[in-house]
Amino acid sequence: MDRADNPQAIAVGRWSLGEITGRSWFWPVTALALIFLVDAVVSPGFFSIRIVQGRLFGSLIDVLYRGTPTALVALGMAVVIGAKGIDLSVGAVVAIVGAVMTNLIHRDMSPPLILALTLGTGVLCGMWNGFLVAILDIQPIIATLILMVAGRGVALLIDEGLIVTFRSDFFSAISTGEFLTVPSRILVCAGAFLALWVVLRRTALGLFIESVGANSAAADLAGINARLVKIAAYTLSGLCSGLAGVLICGDIRGSDSNNAGLFIELDAILAVVIGGGSLAGGRFFLGLTIVGVLVIQGLTTSILVSGLPAQYNMIVKGAVVLIVLLLQSRRLRQSVVGVFLRRSS
Amino acid sequence: MTEAAAPRVQLLGISKSFPGVRALENVDFALNAGEVHALLGENGAGKSTLIKIMTGAVRRDSGKMLLDGEPVELGSPAEARALGISTVYQEVNLIPTLSVTKNLTLERQPRRFGLISWRQANQRARERLKRLNLDIDVERPLASYSVAIQQLVAIARALEEDTRALVLDEPTASLDAREVELLFGILRDLKARGIAIVFITHFIDQVYEISDRISVLRNGRLVGTAPTAELPRLKLISLMLGRELERTEAARASGATVAPGEPILAVEGFGRRRYMGKFDLRLRAGEAVGLAGLLGSGRTETCKLVFGAVRADSGQIRFNGKPIAIRSPRQAVRLDIGFCPEDRKAEGIIPELTIRENIVLALQVKRGWLARLPHDEQERVAQAMIKTLGIATPDADKPVGQLSGGNQQKVILARWLASKSRILILDEPTRGIDVGAHAEIVALIRRLCAEGLALLVASSELDEIVAVSDRVEVLRDRRKVGEIAGGDVTRENIIHMIAGG
Repeated sequence: MDRADNPQAIAVGRWSLGEITGRSWFWPVTALALIFLVDAVVSPGFFSIRIVQGRLFGSLIDVLYRGTPTALVALGMAVVIGAKGIDLSVGAVVAIVGAVMTNLIHRDMSPPLILALTLGTGVLCGMWNGFLVAILDIQPIIATLILMVAGRGVALLIDEGLIVTFRSDFFSAISTGEFLTVPSRILVCAGAFLALWVVLRRTALGLFIESVGANSAAADLAGINARLVKIAAYTLSGLCSGLAGVLICGDIRGSDSNNAGLFIELDAILAVVIGGGSLAGGRFFLGLTIVGVLVIQGLTTSILVSGLPAQYNMIVKGAVVLIVLLLQSRRLRQSVVGVFLRRSS
Repeated sequence: MTEAAAPRVQLLGISKSFPGVRALENVDFALNAGEVHALLGENGAGKSTLIKIMTGAVRRDSGKMLLDGEPVELGSPAEARALGISTVYQEVNLIPTLSVTKNLTLERQPRRFGLISWRQANQRARERLKRLNLDIDVERPLASYSVAIQQLVAIARALEEDTRALVLDEPTASLDAREVELLFGILRDLKARGIAIVFITHFIDQVYEISDRISVLRNGRLVGTAPTAELPRLKLISLMLGRELERTEAARASGATVAPGEPILAVEGFGRRRYMGKFDLRLRAGEAVGLAGLLGSGRTETCKLVFGAVRADSGQIRFNGKPIAIRSPRQAVRLDIGFCPEDRKAEGIIPELTIRENIVLALQVKRGWLARLPHDEQERVAQAMIKTLGIATPDADKPVGQLSGGNQQKVILARWLASKSRILILDEPTRGIDVGAHAEIVALIRRLCAEGLALLVASSELDEIVAVSDRVEVLRDRRKVGEIAGGDVTRENIIHMIAGG
């Protein structure tokens, strides 16, 4: 609970070990470094980046490329979790957004307008969740479960129960194209990250979200409109999922309501938690959430390049996630350090 | 002392600390067979901790407990119950949707061939209720009965054939007068059977009606035990409200003259049905108004109504002479009103955020979310406040949850001072704060007042009220019963008014 009462502070230079390991960034970053280190040993070419047909190419780029949709969803999830909520509907929002986008493309509207309407759909979904949680006071897990279940139904209705495909140069370019040799979706994600950071950290919105997440009653008495803040958090999550949906559907060039973004909420929640976010709310870390996504995606890619049979993927992933989470627990660390200290003394 | 005269339950030198709080200090308590013993004290005085120790829910740090003269160690409420000590907690801990029978036989259902025999269970439930002379349909759900009956069922559940001591924590809190009579009838009956009863309440009238002896706790110490007949009302109330700040009281008299200007905030006929009776209140710059009264008299309610945390359903507010409405804390904050709530942990601090973030929060709220206070500016504001209020911390970036109670209180004060509040509402500003910091906070309140803030201070510590207030509003049973001003602000006058003399 209390950093200051850590009885075992081992000094390393001018920083104590406890101080470094207690930093929120330490364990996620260490985990990512270790995964990459193993990759470098197992597959020597892991870090080599070439330009093939005017496009960056390599395992590292692949990790970034594949992690992008999850990263977008996870960023929104981090904000919602910071407000002591959770958003289970993100996968369903991806499906709805995909169906809306596909439908609009078939109506021959101008692509930027389609993009705006599509993202607007994501925003509406987020506001719906926010309304259920903040105004109707439904527990977040239940409130977002509603859209999680019903959302895919809505998407299927729009698609009339079919997998609808499309051709659109605009959306293919956003999702699978490249810009100055860099895959464009990585740029889209970087842009979204930057925009979110500005909205949350260069305004007071982030502080308000964290206040409401940590102690809603106290935030209310300090004059914060807790309801509005919660709605804002879910709306941001809806927008992020919407953008992820655009990338996912642009990739498969169609809307697959049953499978688009399936289980993405689980990876997103995991990424937030690996990045040091607590489901008890009160803090969110955008940068570390991205690190969390890279840990998950890095693992998946590593298992592929290592030649390990793909069926080990899930088990290894689960084991690594468990280890990272255990390492993040200050109490566990302290008791382990305590055992060593007792032995040495 | 003969064996027969040994108290049923005797607690000797009991102490108990929780992290950061000394809940009980060297408390002696004796409960005799066949008596109703009222245990009184304000919130946080240590009543619940004491009964939890007596009933095995909390372990004492030091001290002894004797049951009929024999030393006992209680590891759990179940062990206490096996020894004949039962409790009925304030919140009826029964399951309203289940039948009376199921509630009464929850732990031990009679079984036949491994299955529950409901016929036998009903029989057993009826027998239990008969001990209280209660004859009701035991198969109906508990929720279909009145609160009073539910309360009696809870007591029936607690009472075993061999119960020696029964602890009742505010059993009358939600009962009407007739129901209270019903309950008291049963208590008298139990008493006649030699059961020792601890009765916790904040209704003074009921104490005089039912109890044989009274013990008063304050700030974790036993401040007095006496037979009810020998403890007049005035004496009791002054025991409960304490006397600890005589030095500050003397200091007050020197600077007591305030030039009364026009009120910044004038409240008329404010109130809310079933919450707080209508009251008038005037707050002026440079004047501190105290809110005095016993627990449950409406101190916190008054604060919350004025701040808009609870919406009033009658009356009006004038701010600088102009009629306005305060429907939410947000509006109050915009009018430069600040509120330090009684329950600091639950409603005051935001523990995960740093001291800096906690301090700038209200200022940031006033600026709006788009106009974020730059980091350097935040740091400057926070450092200035840390210095002015003497907040003990190495830096402003420590999570506020790690500070002591007194420093947390200062952080919340800092939050409102940093946002340039002109009116401050302080509910129990020194609750749970150690003695040193206590005097410091009181001095701070005086200083703020001298600097021209308008203050409304609610406190259960009468001496604190006397020490800080220029004017005192006295509350009783959720009504304002009077006002005392200037030189008349003394303990004695306030106690007289609270007691209704």
